[in-house]
Amino acid sequence: MKIALIKYNAGNIQSVAYALERLGADFVITEHPEEITKADKVIFPGVGQAHTTMQFLKDRKLDEVIRSLRQPVLGICLGMQLLCRYSEEGNTGCLGIFDETVKKFEADSQHKVPHMGWNQVEFMANGLGSFVQQPSFYFVHSYYIPVNSHTLARCEYILPFSAIMKKDNFLAVQFHPEKSAAAGEALLHYFLNSFNVRA
Amino acid sequence: MLTKRIIPCLDVKGGRTVKGINFINLRDAGDPVELAAAYAQQGADELVFLDISASEEERKTMHKWVRDVARQINIPYTVGGGINSVADVAALLEAGADKVSINTAAVERPALIEELANAFGSQCIVVAIDARKIHNTWTVHTHGGKRTTDKKLFTWAKEVQERGAGEILFTSMDHDGTQQGFAIDALQKLNMLLHIPVIASGGAGSPGHFLDVFVLGRADAALAASVFHFGTIKIPELKHFLHQKNIPVRL
Repeated sequence: MKIALIKYNAGNIQSVAYALERLGADFVITEHPEEITKADKVIFPGVGQAHTTMQFLKDRKLDEVIRSLRQPVLGICLGMQLLCRYSEEGNTGCLGIFDETVKKFEADSQHKVPHMGWNQVEFMANGLGSFVQQPSFYFVHSYYIPVNSHTLARCEYILPFSAIMKKDNFLAVQFHPEKSAAAGEALLHYFLNSFNVRA
Repeated sequence: MLTKRIIPCLDVKGGRTVKGINFINLRDAGDPVELAAAYAQQGADELVFLDISASEEERKTMHKWVRDVARQINIPYTVGGGINSVADVAALLEAGADKVSINTAAVERPALIEELANAFGSQCIVVAIDARKIHNTWTVHTHGGKRTTDKKLFTWAKEVQERGAGEILFTSMDHDGTQQGFAIDALQKLNMLLHIPVIASGGAGSPGHFLDVFVLGRADAALAASVFHFGTIKIPELKHFLHQKNIPVRL
């Protein structure tokens, strides 16, 4: 099984690659549409700013490539947010897989922004709750996706938000599985071995 | 609930961890990778590596061990020490560091903070501030605490935040090495003042000090070196203690 890790200006590609290496996955880091399209599964990482990142993807026609994928896809952090319809970060039109709006956290006296550190997630009744024993993951983000009908697991910071979402062949996580110790590895393992939805 | 982070700090010189390290079952306590793995295994939430290499020759090893750590370790880590430019940071992030920490370079040229935040995002830019009280005023120091500056802790911390830092690592030089507890008053004020996370450093000696720094000091994370290295405080026991005291921690 070949995994394509989409290469673009995301900050965490190397970390995701090392995590895949530790799991013994067969993967390639690539920006070539053909290589991405023919892979068995695709990982769409992401650390950065929504607007500049979408522009980068559009310039390389990677936006069309990602939209057209039929094999299992995992979006991570900004990768998850860019799979939504629109982001308040830089008023950015995104890929529209999930018909959701990405909103900015408003800091208050009890909560700092970004939401940075380890937080627990709670699986919804329809979730994949059994794949991880201690669902605590590492988050770093200032924007969030509200809980919606695609939410598989939610997390709470200032308000409840989507930690994991799924729609058809797209799985998306707000946290960084590549930096979330055993729980993160369990999630990546789930995606590599058990998430086999094709559209 | 977002948990409070426990962060061991490792000094590295010429690619080897220094200071007394008293871990059981380590083949090579001077190997940053092996030590990092041991801490990750114990439940450390993040790691901070400070490269204290004195010479250019020693510093050349930096990218290699940073990359080796990234390959092996599945928790976030920050690298600091001698970082001066966008190019320095690009190389470290490319090697696999999750965040970088700058200190003296930020004081000498504050615009560096903006340059780094714009280039890489605030989330990976930690500004470390070393300060001690002089005539009752918290005063910022640079060059590993050796030089006094005219900057005051609270105004500098606020400026650092406005310029785009994602986090502040505050070390009280008055408390560092004493094992008598963290600088609670200064931390309280910093945490009231700032909307970015603050990592408290300097003074950890007992589990109760960690409780104080989270409850009274309102810190988001606490960093320590010797109590962890010498095994005076074991991370799993510390976390269970905090958990029993209703502090949210990752168990």
